[in-house]
Amino acid sequence: MKKLLIALMTTTAAVSLAASAEAADKLKACWVYTGPIGDFGYSYQHDQGRLEVEKALGDKVETAYLENVSEGPDADRAFERLAREGCKIIFGTSFGFMDPEVKVAKKFPKVMFEHATGYKTGDNLGIYNARFYEGRYVLGQIAAKESKAGVAGYIVSFPIPEVVMGINSFMLGAQSINPNFKAKIVWVNSWFDPGKEADAAKALFDQGADIIVQHTDSTAALQVAEERKLHGFGQSSDMIKFAPNAALTSLTDEWGPYYISRVQAALDGTWKPDNVWLGIKDGAVKLAPFTNMPDDVKAMAEATAKKIAGGWNPFTGPVAKQDGTPWLKDGEVADDGTLLGMNFYVKGVDDKLPQ
Amino acid sequence: MDITINILLTIATAATPLLIAAIGELVVERSGVLNLGVEGMMIMGAVGGFGASYLTGSPWIGLLAAIAMGAVFSLLFAVMTLSLATNQVATGLSLTLLGLGLSGMMGTSFVGQPGERLPNLEIPGLTSIPVVGRLLFGQDPIFYISIALTAAVMWFLFKTRTGLTLRSIGDSHTSAHALGIQVIRYRYLAVIFGGACAGLAGGHLSLVYTPQWVENMTAGRGWIALALVVFASWRPWRVLAGAYIFGAVWIGQLHAQAFGIPVPSQFLSSLPYLATVVVLVLISRNKRLTMMNTPASLGQPFVPDR
Repeated sequence: MKKLLIALMTTTAAVSLAASAEAADKLKACWVYTGPIGDFGYSYQHDQGRLEVEKALGDKVETAYLENVSEGPDADRAFERLAREGCKIIFGTSFGFMDPEVKVAKKFPKVMFEHATGYKTGDNLGIYNARFYEGRYVLGQIAAKESKAGVAGYIVSFPIPEVVMGINSFMLGAQSINPNFKAKIVWVNSWFDPGKEADAAKALFDQGADIIVQHTDSTAALQVAEERKLHGFGQSSDMIKFAPNAALTSLTDEWGPYYISRVQAALDGTWKPDNVWLGIKDGAVKLAPFTNMPDDVKAMAEATAKKIAGGWNPFTGPVAKQDGTPWLKDGEVADDGTLLGMNFYVKGVDDKLPQ
Repeated sequence: MDITINILLTIATAATPLLIAAIGELVVERSGVLNLGVEGMMIMGAVGGFGASYLTGSPWIGLLAAIAMGAVFSLLFAVMTLSLATNQVATGLSLTLLGLGLSGMMGTSFVGQPGERLPNLEIPGLTSIPVVGRLLFGQDPIFYISIALTAAVMWFLFKTRTGLTLRSIGDSHTSAHALGIQVIRYRYLAVIFGGACAGLAGGHLSLVYTPQWVENMTAGRGWIALALVVFASWRPWRVLAGAYIFGAVWIGQLHAQAFGIPVPSQFLSSLPYLATVVVLVLISRNKRLTMMNTPASLGQPFVPDR
C-alpha cells in the first residue's frame, strides 16, 4: 500500500515540483528496504532508525521509503525513482542493493547514497555496516554456560560472509567457556519464513540441542523454545515479549544514531562518502537486557560486552581453521578485509560450509 | 521413539495449511474456475485470524474470523470473474497482490505482538496412550478439520448428485447451462468455499504454526497449494498425499542437516519440491485418467445468453 502511495507521488511529482520550491530548505531522506517493515526484524529496525531521524530532526527533513524491494533489476528502478523524486540522501539497506546503487549513484552525482553491508564505494556512495559478530561472541559464551547438553542449534539463512562470521564468532565465544561445545547448523535458505524457522527449531531440539540461535529474521524459533521450555536468543529486535521465559537476550540493530548523524551531515553540507563498521561501542549493535539466567552468567556477559566495547576483537588468536590448520597466531587480530570475505569455519564447527 | 513422534507431529503441522488451501482450490477448479489468488486469500485469513484473536483474546474467534476473511475476500474475485467475466488469471494474480498489500496495512498494529496459540486436543485417557496417543488425539484442532475436510470433499465430489453437477459444470459450462443448471450460482459457492479454506489455512499459520503476525508470513505456501492441485490431477486423496510428502521431505531434510549429513543444503532445500512433483507425476502418469480428471472448461469465462 505504501508502495502504491509512493507510485502516486511519482506521478504527481511534476505537479508538486512547484510546491516543493517553497519547501526547498527541507531535506528529503529516503530508504530502500528488502523486506516488509512489518517483519519485526531487520527491515523493521532500519525503519525504526528512519523514524528516529524524523523525530530528531523534525521539520528540517522529510522522509520516504520503499519496502519489499527485491534484490535485482527492481532495485535499479527503486533507487532511480527515489533520486528523480527529489531524495537528496538515499540509504540502501541490503547487501543485494550494492550493484544497483553503484549504477544509480553514477547517474545522479548530486544525490548522496549510502549502502549497508556491502563493499563498493563511489564519489557519492558511502558504505556502513554493523559488527554483529561482536554480539554473537557474547551469545556464544551465554549458550555454553546455559546449555546442559553442550549443544546449540543454529538456524541460518544463506552462506554469505556475514553469516559465516557470526557462526565462527559464536563458536569462539562458546569454546572459551566449554572447549567441547557443539553447534548443529541448519540452513533454511531464506531470510524470512516463520514456518520454516519454526520447523528448523523443532528439528534441532528433537536432535538434542537445548538452546537455539538464529541468523534469520522472525520470532518463530523463539516461540518454539518457549513451548518446549528451553532457551534461545532473539534477533534484530528485542523479542522478549514472544518468549518471556525462553529468551536469554536479543542481538539488536540500532541504526538511529548513525542515520541521524548522516542526515545531519547532509543538512550541514559536510557529508562525504565514508566507510564505517559500527560495533557495540558505537551503540549500533546492542544486547537486549539479559534475562532468564543466573547472576554470574549475566555478570560474565556484561563483562565480555564491555571488553569488546573497549576495543577487544573476538577474532584474536590463537584461532585454527576447521581442518586444524592455524589461522591467527597468538595475539594476532583478524583484519576487517578477511572478516568481510569470510568463507571458512573455525575449529569445532560441526558442518560443511555450502559453497 | 520420542523423536519419531515429534517428527511426525512436525510433518503434520507443516502439511496442514497446504492441504487445506489445496483442497479448497480443488473444489474451485473442479467447477471450472482458476483462482490464482490463493496466496492472497491465505494471507488475509492469517491477518484476520490473528487480529480477531488478538483483539478478543480468543483464538477460537480468530479461527472463525480467518475463515470469514478468506470467504469475503474471495467474493471479490467471484464478482469480478463470474458476474463481470473478467480474465481469471489476471484477476487471481491481482487478488494475491492486493491481499499481500492489504494484509500488511491491516496488520501494522499487530506487528511485534505475541499471539495466543490454538490449544491442542486433550482427551483424558486417550491423549496419554503411549506412541499413538499424541498422534491421534493430541494435535491441534485444525489438523482434524483438514482430514475431515478432505474426506468430506471426496465424498461430496464423487458420491453426491450436487458434486456430480459441480464437476459437470467444470467440464462443460455450456452443456450444463443448456440443461438448466445455474452455472454462475454453483461457481460462486465453489469460489467462496475455496476462499474459506484458504482463509482457514492462513489462520493455521497465524494461530497454530507460528502464533504471531508478520507481513508476508505465508511465504509462498499459497503457490505450493496451487501446484499441488495440478500435480494431484484434481483428486482429493492425491492432494493429501502430496501435502504430506512435501511436509515429510521438508522436515526430513532439516533433520538430515541437523544430523550433519554432508549433502549441500541448497540441494536439500529444493528436495521437497522435487520429490512432490516426481511422486505426483508418477502416480498420475496414466494419461487417459489425467485427461478425464482435468476440468475441461478450467479458466474459461462463462457468459450466459441473455
